[in-house]
Amino acid sequence: MLAKRIIPCLDIKDGRTVKGINFINLREAGDPVELGQAYSEQGADELVYLDITASFEGRKTFTDLVKRVAAHISIPFTVGGGIHELNDVDRLLNAGADKVSINSSAIKNPQLIDEIAKHFGNQVCVVAIDAKQMPDGWKCFLNGGRVETDKELFSWAKEVSERGAGEILFTSMDHDGVKTGFANEALCQLSSMLSIPIIASGGAGTKEHFRDAFIKGKADAALAASVFHFGEIQISELKQYLCKEGIQIRL
Amino acid sequence: MKVAIIKYNAGNVYSVYYALKRLGIEAELTDDKNILSTADKVIFPGVGEAQTTMQYLRTRQLDQLIQSLKQPVLGICLGMQLMCRHSEEGNAEGLNVFPTDVLLFKPNNNEKVPHMGWNTINPTDDPLMKGIQASDYVYFVHSYYVPMCPYTIAQTDYVQPFSAALHKDNFYATQFHPEKSGKIGEQILENFLNLQI
Repeated sequence: MLAKRIIPCLDIKDGRTVKGINFINLREAGDPVELGQAYSEQGADELVYLDITASFEGRKTFTDLVKRVAAHISIPFTVGGGIHELNDVDRLLNAGADKVSINSSAIKNPQLIDEIAKHFGNQVCVVAIDAKQMPDGWKCFLNGGRVETDKELFSWAKEVSERGAGEILFTSMDHDGVKTGFANEALCQLSSMLSIPIIASGGAGTKEHFRDAFIKGKADAALAASVFHFGEIQISELKQYLCKEGIQIRL
Repeated sequence: MKVAIIKYNAGNVYSVYYALKRLGIEAELTDDKNILSTADKVIFPGVGEAQTTMQYLRTRQLDQLIQSLKQPVLGICLGMQLMCRHSEEGNAEGLNVFPTDVLLFKPNNNEKVPHMGWNTINPTDDPLMKGIQASDYVYFVHSYYVPMCPYTIAQTDYVQPFSAALHKDNFYATQFHPEKSGKIGEQILENFLNLQI
């Protein structure tokens, strides 16, 4: 049976790992390749590296990092951040990334999803969606959660799926960094209405939160950062726990 | 040992190169027909779209070259699918090394497509699967699959049982990514490197 995936996410700035609390106030958490290797040995199923550097120079540093990750790590990894056109995707895949994650550029230029899917296959294209529950429903945000858009979460998720996204990485901005659990209701709705895998992101604080994301949220994978980086939850222990809870897990 | 990896327009052919390097093998990433024909082992990796890739291979006559190889060849993921007769993806004619067709998953119980993530394989006693147990997990990412056929050497259940790996003569193939499947994947790559013909 297909296993539910546990995915540590590493935010990278100038070649180092950082993690924001509610997308602001960055705090450093170590060497990205070493961290990735450690996670892989603990049983992480995939890794996500998000480049939050904006400069051209930083982008080159990130590409070099992708090469180092590919050279040292024998599990799949996704890279995101600063991907605006097909050439960026080509560059990162050629550096050794398995998938790319696009967010703001997908909202600004939805056609990019179609292009990535056509050139590299659907499975390469992860569309990340940052959304927040507003009085008039779930709204999608741009630029790391700084700019509100008129896109509604569920209709946008449906559109990216139809355009050829292979997976959706859904972050609830209200839950992100506050460690009170994932946005399970919205997750469940996404997972039930779409035929592509949904990765839950934002809100992991305890092992039970992961269980709930898989059972209540029907997520295919769960992503977290700080609980892993700061050793609050060990991936190996988390996977043992989930297995005991009857969830299909690769041990 | 000379190991050649077929270089073409697919994404991420480097992951196989790196995986071999971790096993102590410096492989050559090339589309040079001479190097490919004389290598001890040839790997045909793949992430990409079937029809676009087949066109690329044809314009460089790499299609005929692959068919003519006599040493052990390992197709991975799209590589495996292109080694089959026909793919529903872009209605593409394949290399017909494995005379069987590639079909799109049609979920019957709300299964997600692509089939993405770690799933178990049930291997036969084929040399490529030496040391692999029925409960071992490997990493898959694909929307199209090869049904069970006479060349199946490992089976995975998703939507229905399908071919996780194939073997015919000197041609081997895996639907999953051994280069991304941790220690189990390394074992399978080592098994391939140890094949004698």
